[in-house]
Parts: sequence; structure tokens; C-alpha cells
Amino acid sequence: MRREVPLTITAIVGFTLIIAYFVPHAPFSDVRDLFSDWFMVIAAFAIYLGILNLLKINVDKVYKKRPGWGFSIVTILGFFLFVYIGIREGRDFGEFGTRYYWLYDRIYYPLMAAMFAILAFFIASASYRAFRARNLEATILLLAAFFVMLGRVPIGYYLTTWLPEGWRMGNIADWIMDFPQTAGQRAVMIGIALGIVSTSLRVILGIERAFLGGE
Amino acid sequence: MGFFEKLLKIDRRVIFIFIAIAIALPLFFEVTMHIDITPVVRGVYDTVEALPSGSKVLISFDYDPGSMPELQPMAESVLRHCFSKDLKLVIMGLWPQGPLQANWALEIILNEPDIKEKNLKYGIDYVNLGYIAGGEVVIQRLGSDIHAAFPADYYGTPIDEIPLMKGVQNFSNIDFVYNLSAGYPGTTEWVQFAVDRFHAKLGAGNTAVQAPLMYPYINTGQLVGLLGGMKGAAEYEILAKRPARAVRYMFGQGVSHAVVIFFVIVGNIAYFATRKKRKES
Amino acid sequence: MHLTPDIGIWIGGLLTLGIFSFLYGDNPYYKFCEALFIGVSAGHWFVTLFWTVFVAKMIRNVEIGLNTFITQGFSAGMADYMHWSYIFGGILGFLMLLRLFPKIGWISRWSLAFVVGTTSGYYFITYLVSNGLRQIQRTILPLYVHGDFYTTIGNLIIIVGTFCGLTYFFFSKEHKGTFGGLARLGIWFLMITFGASFGYTVMSRMSLLIGRMDYIFGTWLGMLG
Repeated sequence: MRREVPLTITAIVGFTLIIAYFVPHAPFSDVRDLFSDWFMVIAAFAIYLGILNLLKINVDKVYKKRPGWGFSIVTILGFFLFVYIGIREGRDFGEFGTRYYWLYDRIYYPLMAAMFAILAFFIASASYRAFRARNLEATILLLAAFFVMLGRVPIGYYLTTWLPEGWRMGNIADWIMDFPQTAGQRAVMIGIALGIVSTSLRVILGIERAFLGGE
Repeated sequence: MGFFEKLLKIDRRVIFIFIAIAIALPLFFEVTMHIDITPVVRGVYDTVEALPSGSKVLISFDYDPGSMPELQPMAESVLRHCFSKDLKLVIMGLWPQGPLQANWALEIILNEPDIKEKNLKYGIDYVNLGYIAGGEVVIQRLGSDIHAAFPADYYGTPIDEIPLMKGVQNFSNIDFVYNLSAGYPGTTEWVQFAVDRFHAKLGAGNTAVQAPLMYPYINTGQLVGLLGGMKGAAEYEILAKRPARAVRYMFGQGVSHAVVIFFVIVGNIAYFATRKKRKES
Repeated sequence: MHLTPDIGIWIGGLLTLGIFSFLYGDNPYYKFCEALFIGVSAGHWFVTLFWTVFVAKMIRNVEIGLNTFITQGFSAGMADYMHWSYIFGGILGFLMLLRLFPKIGWISRWSLAFVVGTTSGYYFITYLVSNGLRQIQRTILPLYVHGDFYTTIGNLIIIVGTFCGLTYFFFSKEHKGTFGGLARLGIWFLMITFGASFGYTVMSRMSLLIGRMDYIFGTWLGMLG
């Protein structure tokens, strides 16, 4: 029950979806749509699982007064504030001008935007400390970054206006992106694709069972 | 300790201050700068431009406030462009924040004088279908039946009752798909499902972090074009002859890049100047 | 300078500064903002899913199925009964929540198996077609385009770069001799790719900071024109 049922479900669902690609007609297309609809609902429950787990951890932290329990209270209160207003607001909660929208605009948006913006400082600091032309490979990486960084902003254009059209910084950045970058990216892409295809097949055939856990 | 050694051990907060100044200071100046138009951005613009009035465009807002400075100007430009060409917009999101980001952009664009005078109506000229969990599986479902994927719009109205959605059953009734993406699920999934399974025509606006990953798709023609980061947004604003936020920000963008390059060069000079000493010790 | 009277923007500005205070070092102000961010993010996901998936999709479909049964009994078409099927999605989803209870947590594997099976089934085809075959197909290019030097060079770079890049990822054979040379050339192409990606990442991060600075100095402090 603990291993056989999940493996059977994975195999049936996986094979059905593969067959539905090659035979996109009833009954396979109907079953594919059915599975897709279920998947969307399960995906929502999976996110709820994450949310409930987060609450469980934080409530536990407050209950046992572990270090930083005060911040856990902030997390719990923030969660319930959004949930309370969002549910009370009704189906129109995301409409411009609602109380929920106000919370989203004034609390969620600044926090999230700042959280991502702060990375600018760290990437600059990391560039200074780690971006070294230590060997040929590192130099190639550095040069590519240099041309792309300058070629994608107006400064690059002004620095190379004296060069003929087609040889300016922007053109070099375009060329790097269109050819060597695309070639390298494609190699990575094909490599990943082959990895995913083989892993998917192993999962469907029941060879790869890591997702079932240790027991 | 010599000068270069001190330079190598500089407190990172000094670098932070330089970056903060490089970003903040240019905001105080209104500088009009030259912006190159790249073929990948032109690809998206030309595709939208070639759509006849009344064509249906599906725009998926797959990002959150964390990527707003890059993607919101793109969203606004494309919405403005589509509305000015009298295209019908079906809006949705594969990220739960997406529909709110869409409302944000709509609020701005619908209140611009030239768009406002068109007196566009929700449900007739545009609709916000909202968010559904499931990532790429949602795109698959859109390909078989949009009404099944989204039984109701963002405000709970059954989509069978929305005039714009009558006759829009799947991708064969959508003339162009435009995806604003900051990660997963995003453009990769739209390419894999909407383009390669259902033959939709797809253009995208991506965060700069994600943009390089999309170039192989442009090369194959799976993507008609791409707006990469704020630069892409600025190019679109120039093409649409409506320079706005992204164009204004390009000065600061340039200065910040110059500062990062300056630090990389200084870091390397200091590194090579102290290399011999390091080897000896 | 025209400070905004909007209390909400003041809150937004102060929260932004709270996150930025981490640049100086970890501190309670930052921790407060971080904790709040985690809570409100979870809250937003909860509310959105509640209205858009549970109410609009699951409950509504089950409702349609129920109404069909009440009004038409067993005489309705198959498609009408399909609405009922959402109840199975709901049950599988509910089983996933059992993971929170260690003693019966193993049942959640059934829904996990469904998710893994669906993604594997879809990914097997999509990655093979979009990221595998389509890319390989577009790498088979003419080595010489008459009268178009730019495209000729471009094609050569795409072919050589992709081939050598893939060679580097082939670890079943030792990277020595001609094979090693090709792999090394592959590394150079990959370095260009990573360099370009780094350049774009810098661009992205700076853009996000510009957005925040505009909020602080423009929206909040009213110092920008």
C-alpha cells in the first residue's frame, strides 16, 4: 500500500499523458483533461500544505518560546491580517481600490520589491571580490559580461559612437547574445532536456523512487 | 599593508554606498539618452502592430512585485499598444500576484487620455481571468478548453457570461499570446505548451535574469521576440513613441553598470598587483 | 521636497528601509520586516487560492455536477458528470494535507504520486520536443551561406558551440586528446554564456534597485520631479 499504490498511480498517470500526446482523441484526451483539472486542485492543496506547515512551525516556536519567537508572532499576525481582509473582501478582493489591494500595495509590494532590490548591492560587492581574470576561461567570462553590460545601456553607445555602425558596443552585445551565447545556452538546454526526459521515464517506470521517501 | 591590499579588503559597505549613489543620483536628472533598438524587441512590436483591429491577445502576467521595475513598464507599454490598436485582451496569471499586477497596469493605462476616450468596457474589450494554480498544466488546459481552465473570471463572473469570451475556446481563437515572466511558470512553459503543442504565436517580456535563457527559442522561431529587462521595456516605449518610466530609468541603469565595471576593473588591478606578494607568502 | 501625507506610503517606505537595514548588518528592524514579509506572502497565496481555485473552480464545478444530478438524474450527458470529478481532485488534494500528521502521513504519497506522474508525463514530451528535438533541428544549419558572411559565421558558431558544449557535458569518456580539445572549446562557449547571463543579472538587479529608489525618493519623499 505504501509503495505499490503510489508507483501504480505514477505509472498510470504518466503513461496516459504520454499516450494522449500521440493520440490526442477520446478517450485519452478526455482523461488527460480530467487529470489536468485534478492537478490544478491538488497543486492548490500542495501550496496550502506549505502554508499550514509554515504556521505550524511558527506557532510551535511561539508556544515553546524558542529564540526569535516574537518575530514568529509577526509572521502569524501578518498572515491572518491578509487572510481576514482577503476573505471578508469577498470575490472582488483584488479589485483596484479595495482594502485588500491597499494592503497588497502598501505592505506586500514594498517588502517584496525591497527584498529583491537588496541583491543589487550584493551582486556589486561579489563582482568586486570574486570576478577575477584568473585564467583564460575566467577572462572569457569577464569579457562577455563586460560587453553585455556596456552594450545594453546607452553609455556603451556613447563610448563607441566613433566606430562604424555594426561595430559599436550594442552590436557586439547583440552578436554575443545571438550566436555564442545562444550556442552555449542551447548546449545547456539540450543537456537538461535529456536529463529530464530520462528522469521522467525512470519515474514513470518506477525505477526512480526517491520521491516516495525513505520508508 | 600596501595600498592594493587595503583595496582588496575594503569594507563591502563602501561598495554599497557607491551603488546607492550611482542608482539614486541619476533619478534627480532628466537626461534623454540614445536607446538602441534590438531585433528581438522589434519582433514583438511588429507582431502586435501587424494584428488587425479586433484580434484577440492573451496576456499572461507571470510575475510578482519583486520584478515590478522591469516588467511593469513592459506590461503598461504592451497594454497601451494593444488598446490603441483596438485589440481585445484576455488577461490571466500563472502567478497568484499576476492578476493584481495586471489591475495595477490597467488602472494606469485606462486612465490615459487617448485610451480613456475609447471608453473601453470590461468584458467586451478586456477581461481579467485571474489566477489558477497548476503552472504548465493550466496552459495545457487552455489549449483544450479555456472555459474549463477558468470557469469564472477574477471577480467570480462565469466566463460563459462574458461577451469577450464567447467563441474563445482555445488557442486557435487567440491571435497572439504575450507572456510577462519572472521565472517558473513562465515563458519556457508557454513555449513548451502553447507554442509547440497548440501552435500559438508567442512573444515575451522577461526579467533580465531570465532573458538569456530564451535566446535559443528566438533562434528557432518558437518566440517571435523578447523584451529583456528594463532595456527591453525602454526599447518598446521608444518603438511605440511613448517614452515613459523605463526610458527615464535608463540613465541610472547605465551609471550603475559603469560603477560595477569600475569595481571589477579596480578589483582585478588590486588582485594582480598583490599576486606576487601572495605567492611569496 | 513634498513628503507624501499618505500613511500607506509611509508604511511602505519604512518597510523598504527595514529591509535595506540588512546592508549594515542583521538587526531586529530587518527581522521584523522579514517575518512580516513571510506572513503576508503566505496570506496572499492563501486568499488567492481560496477564491480562484477552491471557490471558483472546485466548489463551483461540484455545484454544477450536483445541480445536474438533481435536475436531470441519470439522464444527463457524460460531460455534465465530469464536473463531479473535481471531488476526486479535492480528495487527492486533501490527502496531501495528511502529511502534517506523521502517523498517517504516508497516505499523502498517493497525491504526491499523482503530481509526480503528471509532471513526468508532460515533461517527457515537452522537454523532448521543445528543448531537445526543436533545438537540435535548428542547429542543423548550412555551413556556408553564399554572399552572407555574417550568417555563415553565425551558423558556424551555433553549430560548433552547441556541439562542443554538449561534448563538455559528456562525462562517460575522459576529456583527453581531440575529445578533450572539443570539450575545452565547449567550456569557452559556456563561459561566454555565463558571462552574458552575469551581465544580464547585474542589469536586472540594478533595475530593481532603481525601482525602489524611485519609490523612496519620488513616491515617498517627493524629491523627484
